[in-house]
Amino acid sequence: MKIGIPRALLYHYYGPLWEAFFRALDCEVVLSAPTTKATVERGSRRSIDEACLSSKIYMGHAEELLDRCDALFVPRMADEREGIMCSKFEALYDLTENTFRDRRPALVDFEIDRRAKKGERKAFVSLGKKLGKGRLASNLAYFSALRAFEEDRSRRAAALEDSLNADKFKFLVLAHPYVIFDDYVGRPLVELIRAQGAEPVFGCDADFASCLQASYRLTESLPWSFSRALCGAAVLYANRVDGIVLVSAFPCGPDSLVNEILIRRVRNRPILQLTLDAQDGTAGAETRLESFADIIRMRREAGHER
Amino acid sequence: MPHKVSFPQFGDYWIPFEHLVTRGLEAEYVVPPPMTKRTLELGGKYSPDTACAPFKYTLGSLIEALEAGADLLVETGGACRLGYYGELQEQILRDLGYSFEFVNLAGANYSKPLTLLPFLKKINPHYSLPRFAMAGLAAAKMVDGMDAVDDFVRKNIGFEREAGAFEAARADFFRELRAAADRKEVSAALSRCLERMKKIPTDKPERPYRIGVVGEYYTIMDPFSNHNLEWELAKKGMVIERWMNLSGNRLEPAKKVREKIRRYTKYNMGVTCMSTIDCALTCAKKGYDGIIHVKSFGCTPENDAIPVLQNISRDYKIPVLYLSFDLQTGEEGLSTRLEAFYDMVVMRKRAWS
Ligand code: SF4
Repeated sequence: MKIGIPRALLYHYYGPLWEAFFRALDCEVVLSAPTTKATVERGSRRSIDEACLSSKIYMGHAEELLDRCDALFVPRMADEREGIMCSKFEALYDLTENTFRDRRPALVDFEIDRRAKKGERKAFVSLGKKLGKGRLASNLAYFSALRAFEEDRSRRAAALEDSLNADKFKFLVLAHPYVIFDDYVGRPLVELIRAQGAEPVFGCDADFASCLQASYRLTESLPWSFSRALCGAAVLYANRVDGIVLVSAFPCGPDSLVNEILIRRVRNRPILQLTLDAQDGTAGAETRLESFADIIRMRREAGHER
Repeated sequence: MPHKVSFPQFGDYWIPFEHLVTRGLEAEYVVPPPMTKRTLELGGKYSPDTACAPFKYTLGSLIEALEAGADLLVETGGACRLGYYGELQEQILRDLGYSFEFVNLAGANYSKPLTLLPFLKKINPHYSLPRFAMAGLAAAKMVDGMDAVDDFVRKNIGFEREAGAFEAARADFFRELRAAADRKEVSAALSRCLERMKKIPTDKPERPYRIGVVGEYYTIMDPFSNHNLEWELAKKGMVIERWMNLSGNRLEPAKKVREKIRRYTKYNMGVTCMSTIDCALTCAKKGYDGIIHVKSFGCTPENDAIPVLQNISRDYKIPVLYLSFDLQTGEEGLSTRLEAFYDMVVMRKRAWS
């Protein structure tokens, strides 16, 4: 059985978990190709204008896979650890289904709703069942997938520590993983940071639990757990970098408020806010990032303490 | 000194809030001035650009409440971005230099009233619970009554013989509500108003045009935010049906809704999506002449409901007008779109019959 996974949204976070699970159950995994301009255009055609860029990109990937797999994997995720998800992830399954109704898509889904006690393991076991696998096999596949996921997380946390220790000037990049790790919209910015001689430090790679815990020092009532983790990363790492770069897809519900809180409460580092949309891509953002880097480099050279 | 309490403007629902605060908590209530262009300008100026319109409206309203003398602001929580309004708005107002106390109900759970108690204490440390409970009953009745009256008005105002009759009855009712001392007086005022409205002479055709209004919580309920589009349409001679209101008493329980819209959605798509889709489907099945989908620009949950509405529209051949509001939404552009929608609805009906 060929399972298609769009290389978009939470694939950029949970990818290792999902892929390992399907492979452990002898399913073939087909990934969509890295995002290109064409992906964004395709997705935009399938979306309403006002959908966020990340959602448009997702639809572009999903469409690419429709004919290339036996079933497209679309998760539904509601409540996460200590908070909620952007409602996009609650809606994603039905959004995809309704968007491609004319193509009669074969979707395979699972539901994680931690507060409704529909935890991850249960979700994976019932996913296994839908694929015709037994309970035991599904459980085993889940646990091995979990190991793969945790290895990926600790690899990333270690890489983050290395970045923080790099002997360069550093930018803490606070962005959803599917924005900053997207090949078309995020990567160019990352490369630009590197080209400026700076080291990017990815807040979304930090250890989730410690970030959640630290976040309460910055904000009390923030409802979205992924945004909360990014705030935690700001608390933990702001002192160890030279500047902070916020990168958001347009129009992003959570970021529209969370970025403002960060700007108002993280006072000890310069912050640059970049917003990416489907029309302009990264061109404007690149110019602004360049001058931000220039300013920080100059401050450093002038011997400013951070 | 009792606190001078205020809450952002939200349609006419300040009336029950005022009752709760003055009669229930024995504090003062500062009615924020009616929203104007200035409210928008203030809200727009101090809000992050990409925040949704309701954030900007309510921030502007809080600023005007402070200017009017409020010293304790209350902000609610909610399932979407609304859940984070309070904390950010408080920060923005503090950064602007205002001093005030802030009660952020994001920490409360409305389905468990006991979680509200610590918040009440902040408003008045010596409040009496029985007193508050009595006021709560009256306020709840007010909300029910206002929703019932508004529902009646939306369905009939387009057909009144004497212009202004419904508006006058409604205004009198609201005045009486403000004076009502308890639940009994609220009920009496409500019956009087409903009686009076039933007697208002109307010329309603046997099969009038019927339009359903669905969409996002704040924008749909706040006539200032949606440029009073319901009345504007109604007055062209249409029955306007809207299920979403503060009392929520016209919406069906979530479980039943999920069952009814199963053909379109497998899961709960979050926040107000389910009721939006359910109400739209009801309009479609009952042969309404059109649907208007109302939301603020960038509202993620309502955006995600749109592809479903598009499918319903295709399946049942019912026209849907999608309106997305932000601070730039102009009176004229909106009127033109409503006009065009109205013309289309009329033409379609003629073609069918
Ligand atoms: S968090 Fe923002 S970018 Fe991500 S799906 Fe939601 S609205 Fe889109």
